[in-house]
Amino acid sequence: MQTENFQFLADLLMKKSGHLLAPEKGYLLDSRLGPIARKEGVDSVDELVRSMRTRNDERLNWAITEAMTTNETFFFRDRTPFDLFKAEVIPHLVENRRPGVKARIWCAAASAGQEPYSLAMILREERTALRGMQMDILASDISEKVIEKAKAGIYSQFEVQRGLPVQLLVKYFQKDGDMWKVDPSLRQNIAFRTFNLLESFRTLGTFDVVFCRNVLIYFNQETKRDILNRIAERMAPDGFLFLGAAETVLGLSDAFEPVAGKRGLYRRKQMAQAKVA
Amino acid sequence: MKQCLVVDDSRVIRKVARRILEDMEFNCAEAEDGAQALSQCQKTMPDAILLDWNMPVMNGIDFLKALRRESGGDQPVVVFCTTENDMGHITEALRAGANEYIMKPFDSEILNAKFSEAGLV
Ligand SMILES: C[S@@+](CC[C@H](N)C(=O)[O-])C[C@H]1O[C@@H](n2cnc3c(N)ncnc32)[C@H](O)[C@@H]1O
Repeated sequence: MQTENFQFLADLLMKKSGHLLAPEKGYLLDSRLGPIARKEGVDSVDELVRSMRTRNDERLNWAITEAMTTNETFFFRDRTPFDLFKAEVIPHLVENRRPGVKARIWCAAASAGQEPYSLAMILREERTALRGMQMDILASDISEKVIEKAKAGIYSQFEVQRGLPVQLLVKYFQKDGDMWKVDPSLRQNIAFRTFNLLESFRTLGTFDVVFCRNVLIYFNQETKRDILNRIAERMAPDGFLFLGAAETVLGLSDAFEPVAGKRGLYRRKQMAQAKVA
Repeated sequence: MKQCLVVDDSRVIRKVARRILEDMEFNCAEAEDGAQALSQCQKTMPDAILLDWNMPVMNGIDFLKALRRESGGDQPVVVFCTTENDMGHITEALRAGANEYIMKPFDSEILNAKFSEAGLV
């Protein structure tokens, strides 16, 4: 790809989704943007980008931004965070929230829904431990495509065999042709919406638990820091943050600290001097 | 090393499964049907059994029921691995004492994931 075209794409992604387009990721361009080029009736991705540079077509800009997201996910991914959610988060919230007050969870990069549905299954399995406490889940992602899939709750045989214990498959899914459909009752407490982490979080309300997993890796340091600090502002003082296995707050945000011995789990810093802004 | 018995009437499937399982550091033995598998288990109980459903002589579900009645037969972790992929077969397998269930086709990722869900790795 021509340098100017590559640079145009890199700038576009940085502006729209905050993603870094590193030169060594150039190989992704053909497989991800090729289908869009064909749909637009041009011969190559280079051609596509050249034509984008002359017209400023927002619809096309978004299609390209979306196509460049990596939506890899699976049920109970890495398991530990979900074990910690069960063992640490639920008991803490049951203990520390007033009866009748709903707790709120945010899956901030929910992809096709495996993460929020995994949480919804835990909430059902742990009904006794919840002692009547209700939890609502907001599942959001920048990509409309994956949010539509999440909403539909329909997964392939391959997808339901990645991370999902068969006992839970039998309990919470119905077979639908070759596909597996999530039981509608699991969706009751989940709201799905498209949402870009670069936008202001003010309209979202506040959260007791935030899952922001395997998405910070796509941003530069400045964007990571900004997103973490803005998440902190939206969180209950005793709230919990989960990051992906390759992610950390260390060196990025003073608003959180890792929970010793609990991989991937972070708490708001309790000290008054924690810088949140 | 943990022992895994691979029970399938297809030599190709046994070979593929064996290769993946050996990469996962299992010691593998093979059986072509339920009857062979049962007599092997009566000699030594493996830690894990990867089990096909449709096989001549004794099918997977009959083998599983017989296994669970053997002394020590409650020990092996049994993972079905079959083209039967409807709810009826899966629930029947679980009721008969299966620990996990793989719907074919499978690959090393699914085998790994299912063995770890069953607590084997
Ligand atoms: C690798 S997936 C991780 C999904 C899930 N959290 C997990 O850990 O399995 C990353 C997701 O982040 C989403 N994403 C990327 N940039 C985003 C942004 N700026 N705002 C919101 N979501 C974004 C992508 O669309 C993608 O679905």
